[in-house]
Amino acid sequence: MSGPDRSRSTECDVVVVGSGPGGATAADVLAIAGWNVVVLEKGRNLLIDTDPPYAPRARFANDEIKNLFRHYYGPDPLLEPKTFRRNASDGARLFSGEVNTMPSMVGGAGPHADAKLPRFREIDFRLRSEMGPVDGADVEDWPVDYADLEAWYARAERDIGTAGDHNANPYAAWRSGPYPMPPGPDMYGAVLSSEAAARHGFHPYRAPSGVNSVPYGGRPACNNCGFCMMGCPIHAKGDPIAMLQRALLTGRCEIRSECVVTEIVTDPLRRKALGVRYLDADGRACELSAGHVVVAGGAFETPRLMLRSGDIATGGLGNSSGLLGRFLMFHFQTYAIGTFPFRLHGHRGRAVTHLMDDLMVPSASDLEAARSVDLPWFRGGVVEHGAAAGPIQEAIHYPSGDPHTALMADSPMRDRAWVFTVQGEDLPQWANTVDLDPAVRDVHGLAAGRVTYEPHRHEIEAARHWAPKLEAVLREMGAVHTFWTTSPSAGVGSFAERTPPVERYAPTSRHWMGTCRMGDDPRTSVVDRHGRFHDLDNVICADSSVFTTSAGYNPTLTLVALAARAASAMAGLPVTVPVPVPVPAPSA
Amino acid sequence: MPVWFDVAQYAAVEAAAERLIPHVEGRGPGARRAGVVDYIDSTLGAFCFEPPRIWAGGPYSGRFGGDASFNDWEPLSRLAELAWRIRIEGSQGRPEREVNGPVRGWQDEYRDGIVALGADFASIDDDEQDVRLAAAPEAFRTLLHQHACEGMYGAPEYGGNRDGIAWLAVDYLGDVQPRGFTDDEVSAP
Repeated sequence: MSGPDRSRSTECDVVVVGSGPGGATAADVLAIAGWNVVVLEKGRNLLIDTDPPYAPRARFANDEIKNLFRHYYGPDPLLEPKTFRRNASDGARLFSGEVNTMPSMVGGAGPHADAKLPRFREIDFRLRSEMGPVDGADVEDWPVDYADLEAWYARAERDIGTAGDHNANPYAAWRSGPYPMPPGPDMYGAVLSSEAAARHGFHPYRAPSGVNSVPYGGRPACNNCGFCMMGCPIHAKGDPIAMLQRALLTGRCEIRSECVVTEIVTDPLRRKALGVRYLDADGRACELSAGHVVVAGGAFETPRLMLRSGDIATGGLGNSSGLLGRFLMFHFQTYAIGTFPFRLHGHRGRAVTHLMDDLMVPSASDLEAARSVDLPWFRGGVVEHGAAAGPIQEAIHYPSGDPHTALMADSPMRDRAWVFTVQGEDLPQWANTVDLDPAVRDVHGLAAGRVTYEPHRHEIEAARHWAPKLEAVLREMGAVHTFWTTSPSAGVGSFAERTPPVERYAPTSRHWMGTCRMGDDPRTSVVDRHGRFHDLDNVICADSSVFTTSAGYNPTLTLVALAARAASAMAGLPVTVPVPVPVPAPSA
Repeated sequence: MPVWFDVAQYAAVEAAAERLIPHVEGRGPGARRAGVVDYIDSTLGAFCFEPPRIWAGGPYSGRFGGDASFNDWEPLSRLAELAWRIRIEGSQGRPEREVNGPVRGWQDEYRDGIVALGADFASIDDDEQDVRLAAAPEAFRTLLHQHACEGMYGAPEYGGNRDGIAWLAVDYLGDVQPRGFTDDEVSAP
């Protein structure tokens, strides 16, 4: 139990911390560029064999118990608690345990994500210029724009394997080509909700989805089991197994799972990273020297690692701006829920097959509504049409006793329910932060990360404005009962009064953004336009920490596009157009 | 035979779960018929098995084809075993289990909760059972409700939902891999 494991190399060209969509993408780009890559992942490897031919492990299952109630993906909150408070008036913390848990395993949250892969639109990178400031928020333009990223978006769609209809969304940003695959089958409920939404003036479209509709990348087409959020048993989802597999196939990439990076080691001036220290699966302290470091632990773990590296007394590593961990964003989710007199079988199919962007393109009357509540403007978010849930999730929401059995048979909250989920734009605020809890520790003795978060009025007023319009669509679709709520509930929506504190104040969006803000000015941002830390010559961030604003779209495709671009810049490759890479061959 | 409960505890939890999820004529079976108490017993006694019965295997149960693998229980990593022993057995004063202080285990909650229900709980009438349940410690009631729902509607390999009877009652097929659903089953009413 002492000394490093000599069977493993102690040097590499680059160490990638975290194996989620961002880290996997960086590993892919750098391994193909000829670098020797070591990926350190603190979670277990349920995803992919680490020996040739690097086959998918096929361990995921349609198992609601282990996936939703037994922390199968990690992290276990008993070992790795997060703490939460709204603001300093809550004291050191309001509670400790689970806060918007992101899965921790090889592949990060990718195997859990139900693979909606929308691009952002042009305006999302220029929000300050196009829409203007909002009091109490820190809305800024990104240092990159859509034109800088379009080719990287296209590459990300090819790498992951994305199915979609490039003509379907009238609000979509311009694109250089179609999706690599056609869309999969439409869900019955989504056909009905799309027709109803269109009658109310919305513009629903078939969702771009990282789920194979035909065999792609050596992996099969989806067979519609409906358990996208629980890891794909047949690996019809590409994110991020496609990137990890390709990186491994170079022979220059190694994945070490159950390895917790404790700190980034630097030169005495703290300008250059020399490598990392980590604890391996047996708890042994190890050191790995690296010419470059990619941090990609997500917008919670990445600032937590940087804050405990370097000189902790002066705010950690890469924090000369004092902004590391700040501008934390989640997406303020609004749910409009309808109960129907007929069954919709929302558990069959790809969880979400239709989206609409209308709430991201506020009309004159929407903007008038914003001004009537003293906001200069507001935006909602992409609206997902769906209702995938399992019977255990349903059962725990029903009362016990005789009504329970009858409700389960009638299923008003699952099989006869339909839901619009809005990924509401969450404005960046200086006070919303990830930092280190002063007392709570994880099982390794490291300071727990602490979330300080309150939604801005913008999010709440946008929810109040659009939720009733979405309820009206559900009634148009045939709902006999509708209600709406938000996450966090924040005192609005039908359930606000009886929600427990953890749901009242902490979000459950499974989206984390901000905390290493991207910008050109080292005084007002943490990383530059290529994801490199302003303070460090050889360290980049390759996850959604770099987002300047959250937009109202699922973050994965954008963070993958940015990660590929950042890794290419680090390797000295062109950043205007991606270097061509092998397009995955369809399986025989 | 139960692996963790004694005979009297088993009877009390079986009766209590049936009050939470009762058989309703014409609507569905209750927790007793589905074997919810067996789910709870094998959860509290997970470490009586090797590998421990925490995570069923995958990817297929065999109910819709493929090789059945749910019963190939996943081995636990060092840290996963620590977490699940803390959760089930409690920290028991052991320093390595007190990451942020003492933790009461599920076994403790059930042991005390069953005492609160009373030694004669399984033999008293439904109304009296409801009164006793309502007076039981909240932590126990919350845990029992959660576990009853899991044992009722989870995969049968975990010990409950005997023969998939609860899925049948709610018109749900459960794990459908590797068959999945046809495009028609997705898109048609």
